[in-house]
Amino acid sequence: MNNALGEPQTLLLLGGTSDIGLAIVRELLSPAARTVILACRNVDKGEISARGLRRDGLTVDVMHFDGGAPETHEAFVADVARAHGDIDLAIVAFAQLGDGEATSKDVSGAVELATVNFTGAVSSTIAVANRLRTQGHGGIVVLSSVAGERVRSANAVYGATKAGFDGFAQGLGDELAKEGVHLLVVRPGFVHSAMTEGVKPAPFATTPETVAKITAKGLRNGRRTVWAPPILRVVFSVLRHMPGPVWRRLPLG
Amino acid sequence: MPSLRRSLAGWGLTNPTLADVVEVPNHEVTAALKETGERGALVRGLGRSYGDAAQNAGGLVLRLLGAAHQSVLDPARGTVTVPAGVSIDELLRVIVPRGFFVPVSPGTRFVTIGGAIASDIHGKNHHGEGSFGNHVESITMLLADGSQVVVGPHQRPELFWATVGGMGLTGVILDATVRLIRIETSRMTVDTTRVPDLDTLLAAMTAGDDDYRYSVAWIDPQAKGRSLGRSVLGRGDHATLDQLGPKDAIDPLVYNARQLVTMPPMVPPMGVINHATVAAFNELWYRKAPRHREGELQSIATFFHPLDMVGRWNRIYGAGGMLQYQIVVPFGAEETLRTVIERFAASGTASFLAVLKRFGPASVAPLSFPTPGWTLTMDVPAATAGLSELLHGLDHLVLDAGGRHYFAKDSVTTPEAVRRGYPRLAEWKAVRDSVDPTGVWRSDLSRRLGLTD
Repeated sequence: MNNALGEPQTLLLLGGTSDIGLAIVRELLSPAARTVILACRNVDKGEISARGLRRDGLTVDVMHFDGGAPETHEAFVADVARAHGDIDLAIVAFAQLGDGEATSKDVSGAVELATVNFTGAVSSTIAVANRLRTQGHGGIVVLSSVAGERVRSANAVYGATKAGFDGFAQGLGDELAKEGVHLLVVRPGFVHSAMTEGVKPAPFATTPETVAKITAKGLRNGRRTVWAPPILRVVFSVLRHMPGPVWRRLPLG
Repeated sequence: MPSLRRSLAGWGLTNPTLADVVEVPNHEVTAALKETGERGALVRGLGRSYGDAAQNAGGLVLRLLGAAHQSVLDPARGTVTVPAGVSIDELLRVIVPRGFFVPVSPGTRFVTIGGAIASDIHGKNHHGEGSFGNHVESITMLLADGSQVVVGPHQRPELFWATVGGMGLTGVILDATVRLIRIETSRMTVDTTRVPDLDTLLAAMTAGDDDYRYSVAWIDPQAKGRSLGRSVLGRGDHATLDQLGPKDAIDPLVYNARQLVTMPPMVPPMGVINHATVAAFNELWYRKAPRHREGELQSIATFFHPLDMVGRWNRIYGAGGMLQYQIVVPFGAEETLRTVIERFAASGTASFLAVLKRFGPASVAPLSFPTPGWTLTMDVPAATAGLSELLHGLDHLVLDAGGRHYFAKDSVTTPEAVRRGYPRLAEWKAVRDSVDPTGVWRSDLSRRLGLTD
């Protein structure tokens, strides 16, 4: 259960090695926290993340989870609930970036990206949401991306998966709000992390820690959507409405 | 008996969760419990506990219908048998005109008899008369296996004392027989003293409380330095007939407590409730109190339930809600008490009055909150910056001093803190498990604090 200060006791991170996901977990850890579940494909890597979180009174459990295997997601969430009881906050943070324009020409690569970032993200979010509905309480943080706001040619598949997932999450969030479950969509811009290593930073680049602080504040204030950094909301509302010929000429990488 | 999925919160309005709520008279409780699923069931009274004690997320929540006219008063023995869903407010309207008063009255009369037992509530007379459970002769309860039993201090005492203060986790309290106190009038005779600082207050209470049946101090939580702990000490007893003037003596037992206004369901405008305005209010309130006044006649409502005059006053703190921090520290831990007040004062929280009370001997109930010592109660807006560090930090201080938290108020503390504060938790749990082996009775409080793990 969350306490009156909104501090969760049990946190589930889907994408247990995600830099942004881990930063959000660290930001939300309080003396009230009891259990963190790191759900990831690579359990050995997850174990390294776990070591950085462990402390007295906090159990950090690394569980195998494959975002690209949607058929396993319902059973996975049931396993988590069996082992750890109520999930107070779930963070859906797993995603692949793909290989930019190359992915747009690579059928199997595009399918894999779409399966993990969209199909898997949707299926795991639904599985978690169903559990939280049963509990009658809980929250979900969904990591979207500004890349889905207006999809660029440079990462069309990635942007499209985020656009699709973001739209789904908003719709689901409105429904969940009636059932005592809060869903927050987080739209970061370019974030310096393992995922973007070697990629040229975009304007307004930020860090996982900043995204985490904005996320925590959004949760505290009961927001449904936050942008990280917040200025991107303005930037993208301009970009979205920009005429196509202008948009295509922008040096956006 | 249709259940309705509803959002339930405590009086602090901080952490609402959804549950299937059913309102039932006592004789339909068994049927209603057939709907119990894997998330268990819980009885909720009037929802006056501040945190999550009367919530059961995803599960079943029963509200017991019961009316004060179903109570049976035995004037010769001075007892009343009353359905658990009846509130102290309703009960007082029946018993005061007949010359009786509840043995323990909390700061609000809007609590049910079932809730009063489940939280083992205390009042201004704890130093002399203990908590509510001390005055209960018997309880009729429904157990998880569907059986109905009568328990009391001499009938299945383990189960009785596990139910007193047991936060509704041992079974459904259907009705209770409670020993009342006899009163000649519905007025209180009250002595009020303005006290400049904490040392003077503690000395005055230590020296004088035992001369009064009721005693409580209202502290200005924002006063610092030399004024730390400045307060208004109010003490009194039920007035006797010969203490009333001729006008009042015409109808000595008249009782018509009313709510004057109700707080509208809107958020107070931003910035109205802040440190400066609340400090100004507290200053004014302290200044308007008499330096010393003796024998003032007050009504029961004015003396015991001043906040009840404003309906839904919990809305004053806005949409973020509030929490109430109540702890007890043993006698001898006065320095800890001072530090707690100091840290609140230094934190700049916009708290209205804090309350200090001297507890007498503890109940034998394993989870009953009061233990001999000082109990401090403080309202805090939940949105206060830095509140997490403040409260978790205070927890350590309080526990190191041998203190503990009150379940009916708590909404922030941890399972570890409860295990330190309540060393008899395992003893309580053994009794609980014997009557509820499958864990039917659950609450958000029990989940958060691992009370039934």
